Amino acid sequence: MVKDILVVKDLQVWFPMRTGFVQSLVSKEQRWVKAVDGVSFNIKDREIFCLVGESGCGKTTTGKAILRLVEPTGGSVKYYGEGKNALMKDMLDDAVSKGKVTKAQADKLMAEGGLDVRSLHKHRMKKLRQKMQIIFQDPYESLNPKQSVYDIIAEPLVVNSIGANEAEREKRVIKALEDAGLRPPKDYMWRYPHEVSGGQRQRVGIAGALVLQPEFLVADEPVSMLDVSIRSEILKLMLDLRDQKGLAFLFITHDLGVAYVFSDRIGIMYLGKIVELGPTEDVVKHPKHPYTKALISVVPTPDPEMRREKIILKGERPDPSNIPPGCRFHPRCPFVMDICRKDPPQAVFVSEGHWVSCHLEKGEPVPTEAKTS
Amino acid sequence: MALLEVQGLRTYFKTQEGTLKAVDGIDFNLDKGQAMGLAGESGCGKTTAALSIMKLLPANGYIAGGRINFMGQDMAKVTGDKLRAIRWRDISIIFQGAMNALNPVKRVGDQITEPIILHEKVDEEVAMKRAKELFEMVGINPARIREYPHEFSGGMRQRVMIAMALACKPRLVIADEPTTALDVMIQAQIISLLKSLQKDLDLAMIVISHDLSVLAETCEQLSIMYAGKIVERSSSRVVFDDPQHPYTKGLIAAFPNIHGEKIMPASIAGNPPNLIRAPIGCRFAERCFMAKEICLKEEPPLVEVKPGHWAACHFVPPMKG
Repeated sequence: MVKDILVVKDLQVWFPMRTGFVQSLVSKEQRWVKAVDGVSFNIKDREIFCLVGESGCGKTTTGKAILRLVEPTGGSVKYYGEGKNALMKDMLDDAVSKGKVTKAQADKLMAEGGLDVRSLHKHRMKKLRQKMQIIFQDPYESLNPKQSVYDIIAEPLVVNSIGANEAEREKRVIKALEDAGLRPPKDYMWRYPHEVSGGQRQRVGIAGALVLQPEFLVADEPVSMLDVSIRSEILKLMLDLRDQKGLAFLFITHDLGVAYVFSDRIGIMYLGKIVELGPTEDVVKHPKHPYTKALISVVPTPDPEMRREKIILKGERPDPSNIPPGCRFHPRCPFVMDICRKDPPQAVFVSEGHWVSCHLEKGEPVPTEAKTS
Repeated sequence: MALLEVQGLRTYFKTQEGTLKAVDGIDFNLDKGQAMGLAGESGCGKTTAALSIMKLLPANGYIAGGRINFMGQDMAKVTGDKLRAIRWRDISIIFQGAMNALNPVKRVGDQITEPIILHEKVDEEVAMKRAKELFEMVGINPARIREYPHEFSGGMRQRVMIAMALACKPRLVIADEPTTALDVMIQAQIISLLKSLQKDLDLAMIVISHDLSVLAETCEQLSIMYAGKIVERSSSRVVFDDPQHPYTKGLIAAFPNIHGEKIMPASIAGNPPNLIRAPIGCRFAERCFMAKEICLKEEPPLVEVKPGHWAACHFVPPMKG
């Protein structure tokens, strides 16, 4: 069985809403923007797991919450990558010496293997982030225009005090540039972001993540700002990184076409929840949730032969501060029934490893544990 | 007679390093009520070509040659009041990125009525009534006419932009990347809106996008641009069924096809040439898998390869006869 590298269980990110003075007198109730509202999934070793959904569905917040770039308000994130071992041992030894846990408890935790990301103190989280990195969406805005490519990529090394001297750091920067496909590295090292093309900029962003030799990468819409003609080069680079370095990816996108050709498994997100999850080909070729079906139908295709009836959903992105009762999708669902307005649907298995939350589907209910294995 | 005839249009930019030939000799015609797509990678000159038609070029850009015949007038020469009378009344544009194109401190209603009042010399009440009709037409609740741009979501803002472009009942609308920053679902909504408006109002449209699939769904005619030139032109259908130019083939192959097999699409390696020092031969030669010696020396002309189907490649023979 393939090992997990990351297990996310019931992850929750709620942002408190600010209330005006007058309203705070009238009502004591705190209102929340429920950006991520109970998301569970796992990512296996060397797997590319894709979260797909419209903007505002919480997919980016999920990615950030896993790295604790925003603090989750509930649920758990467990990391199983090799890189956590030393960190975890150090942490448990510390806890034992302070008498917070007994030796036996510590051994048990160590044997279970998962490092609870949410429990880490700041300085340990910083260490763990060397193993869990992120690639941002917009290579035009995420690179500092005043820094050379070398400085951008070397910065994580400086921040984490890696490399005894400049020569050692330079070696690692060169390696990262090569791994990101910017060859020969000397040609790119001393350029500034405006002196390289869009695709190359995104490679610089990837090199900046690779320089710390991570095991797990969150890629947040890494190709959506790039021309179609160079997108697949960047996607292929990420596949190579997976194959050669054994990296695992959480890939976040709104483009099902890209998700389809690139990922191993897909989770479809709607309004803070995953509504359907399964192996990529299974989900795309045999979608079960009406939302998934609609998303697939609106992917534009150049080939007129392939064009079919589109399911264009009415309305804009739903409001996570005002989540509808029952099934969250019911106000936009073309197949809405009475029950959808009242009860939230249970997740049920429709085939091996493929589950969906919809009242229209009948099957074996999915326990939370099964969502993450 | 065609509504718009562009012949040998060349638009250059003065830069510190020299003259940048962004658009370097393109021709196309557009009939009344026809929609044409202009496709190509960033920097291929598609937006510059469209802005030249409206003469909205930045200060260092100028039309270096060619004719833009719009309803009997050469837009390349029209200036001053005459130009102002045509802009927005006869030709309007839907700008890329509706977030930045709207004035954030003015109510959307006032932004839409402004051109109506200016061009048609009507009073505010009449203009406001029209604005409300326009809102209805593009699918926004007319009650929202007094809101500010930030109160609208991305897709709704794009609808406001479309309403604004239609304010003076133009003959020609240029849509510059109308769906690029939008989600797939909103993109589908905007595409279907543009299509129905084009049909209902008998609009001529030039749609600019790097996304061939968006153009295929909105336009009957398609021109593929590369490095300032049109390299292939035909009906959308023919371009997809029977592409001739290697660049067009590459663009089509770069599409992930969700209805097909799960395979990684091909990409076109390399970057477009620097248009300050454009290569002598075929501009695509450097990235072309078919390139031979002749491609580096001679520039291929745009020739008719089949009736109504034009391509510029040394290895695509012209039509006989």
